[in-house]
Amino acid sequence: MSNHALPAFITDEKLVELYKQMWLIRYFDEKVDQFFAKGMIHGTTHLCVGQEATAAGSIAVLQEKDKITSTHRGHGHCIAKGASVDKMMAELFGKVTGYCKGKGGSMHIADVEKGNLGANGIVGGGIPLAVGAALTSRMKNEGYVVLCFFGDGAANEGSFHESLNLASIWDLPVVFICENNQYGMSGSVKDMFNIEHIADRAQAYGIPGKVIDGNDMLEVMNAVYEAVEYARSGKGPVLIEAKTYRWKGHSKSDAKKYRTREEEQEWRKKDPIKRFKEYLMEKGVLTEEKAEQLREEAFREIEDAVAFAEKSPEPSLDTLLEDVYA
Amino acid sequence: MREITYLEAVREAMSQEMRKNQDVYLLGEDIGVYGGAFGVTRGMIEEFGPERVRNTPISEAAIAGAAVGSALTGMRPILELQFSDFITIAMDQLVNQAAKLRYMYGGKGKVPMVVRTPAGSGTGAAAQHSQSLEAWMAHIPGLKVVQPSTAYDAKGLLKAAIDDDNPVIFYEHKLLYKMKSHVPEEPYSIPLGKADMKREGKDVTIVATAMMVHKALEAAKELEKEGIDVEIVDPRTLVPLDEETIVESVKKTGRVVVVHEAVKRGGYGGEIASIIAESEAFDYLDAPIKRLGGLPVPIPYNPNLEKAAVPQVPDIIKAVKETVQFK
Repeated sequence: MSNHALPAFITDEKLVELYKQMWLIRYFDEKVDQFFAKGMIHGTTHLCVGQEATAAGSIAVLQEKDKITSTHRGHGHCIAKGASVDKMMAELFGKVTGYCKGKGGSMHIADVEKGNLGANGIVGGGIPLAVGAALTSRMKNEGYVVLCFFGDGAANEGSFHESLNLASIWDLPVVFICENNQYGMSGSVKDMFNIEHIADRAQAYGIPGKVIDGNDMLEVMNAVYEAVEYARSGKGPVLIEAKTYRWKGHSKSDAKKYRTREEEQEWRKKDPIKRFKEYLMEKGVLTEEKAEQLREEAFREIEDAVAFAEKSPEPSLDTLLEDVYA
Repeated sequence: MREITYLEAVREAMSQEMRKNQDVYLLGEDIGVYGGAFGVTRGMIEEFGPERVRNTPISEAAIAGAAVGSALTGMRPILELQFSDFITIAMDQLVNQAAKLRYMYGGKGKVPMVVRTPAGSGTGAAAQHSQSLEAWMAHIPGLKVVQPSTAYDAKGLLKAAIDDDNPVIFYEHKLLYKMKSHVPEEPYSIPLGKADMKREGKDVTIVATAMMVHKALEAAKELEKEGIDVEIVDPRTLVPLDEETIVESVKKTGRVVVVHEAVKRGGYGGEIASIIAESEAFDYLDAPIKRLGGLPVPIPYNPNLEKAAVPQVPDIIKAVKETVQFK
């Protein structure tokens, strides 16, 4: 595990909190997975189990004022940006107490006030939005950076190309973070790219690009912090490619025929939570007992979120036409 | 009162808002020293500088999305989309993002932006630079759609669009850019959703949009010589639509022709005709509702073919006569 200089606000206490946050992300999605299997939630969902470090690690190094744009696989980003798991779970249950009053569901959770400009159901759809938000930061001199999440699949969308170029020529404060989880639905990066690293594309836009181990919390934090401060200083955008893996299928209906069980087992050995725990214990800031206690706390918080969601009311039909226009 | 062109009216509305509100800015392709493909933004970069008149690369998806993202975070962008045909490339950002973010987020966040874009045929630019695709946009809940037909309307409607907290698609007809009318120097606003009676008459109503308002006015002059008194309603905005003014006019005349340049099949005229048919005006109809629109063909290059593809004054005269003579 890498160990560079982290910002001062990443204290030992914060690191321990992040360990719990990773469990919160994992349990949230594990729980959602169970509900879908039982048919207790309708629609669809995309789970980020196995990718907790890219969400928790990169958002941990942001300042409060910084913003994110997220993806269809966005529950982790949302939790890391400080969202309430109660309101998130309620949204997945379609309840009026949810983040979007039950109108958005899994793919559209946003908390604009808190700087989460929203998950997005369109692959690559959020990338231009991030550039626009960064433009506001520049024009209003607000000093915030936008962290723009997207997957490997989105890197083959036109919006990726157009947005990276635009952000580059205008030196906008945005960090593009590609969570390369190896598959765009069923399409393997091995088949859909003729390059080994998506980050190599940064060169084409005249911006720095970096490949990192997305399952290594420390490496994620270090790389994103460096990139965010580079962007904040006015030097322009950065492209980071975090190599990771989604343990679950693409969405609820995925039989995972496009990959082997052996490959899945190999990646499970690189479990980001386990690796972070080992690091924290080695560093002497976490004990086995404390780790267990935090894991249990996270588990209970998700159980509480479920209870909150279950007892929350359905939206009234009167709200159907509300909020189409401001 | 002073007369200025439609193009100057659009520019004046933008400049007046930009002087007043630092959050209003302009982005688009070749809008800097070039002044935009049609010259609408000429002189603006000199007054407002390159930060607020942002010349962009040819990247319609990214610039539309940048407008949405900046609107969501507190700016009030005006995006000039060089030709309205290019909306196809910006479609995801307008339809899936701009139009829906507020609703999907349960009413949190708003997207106050204007997409100004030149539409219509008549310039010999052929199939990919001459379309009238406003019905696509009118179909999408969350967007507003404006089609000014005069310089006066253009200025007042553009101010209203800039002041609006929602994404507004503002169609400027290319053939109208040079057309002059009386336009007050001071800023004024024409509410979105308020139709304008471009001519009062008692025998037949023509509901016409954009360039067709002027063709209908010409037709009305000819028809007057034959004793047919035409009323012309210009909806000015398709979303929201002033249904009341249309319905009241049809109740008065009992006969109606709906005319637009866009292809008739799936065009907005079908919507207007249906609204009339579903309304209390139905009982007042003395003839079937008639629709005139573009033929189902890409806009051709040859000037004679190009003209034949969209309704012209004689087509309107013929349609009105058939409607008036219907027993």
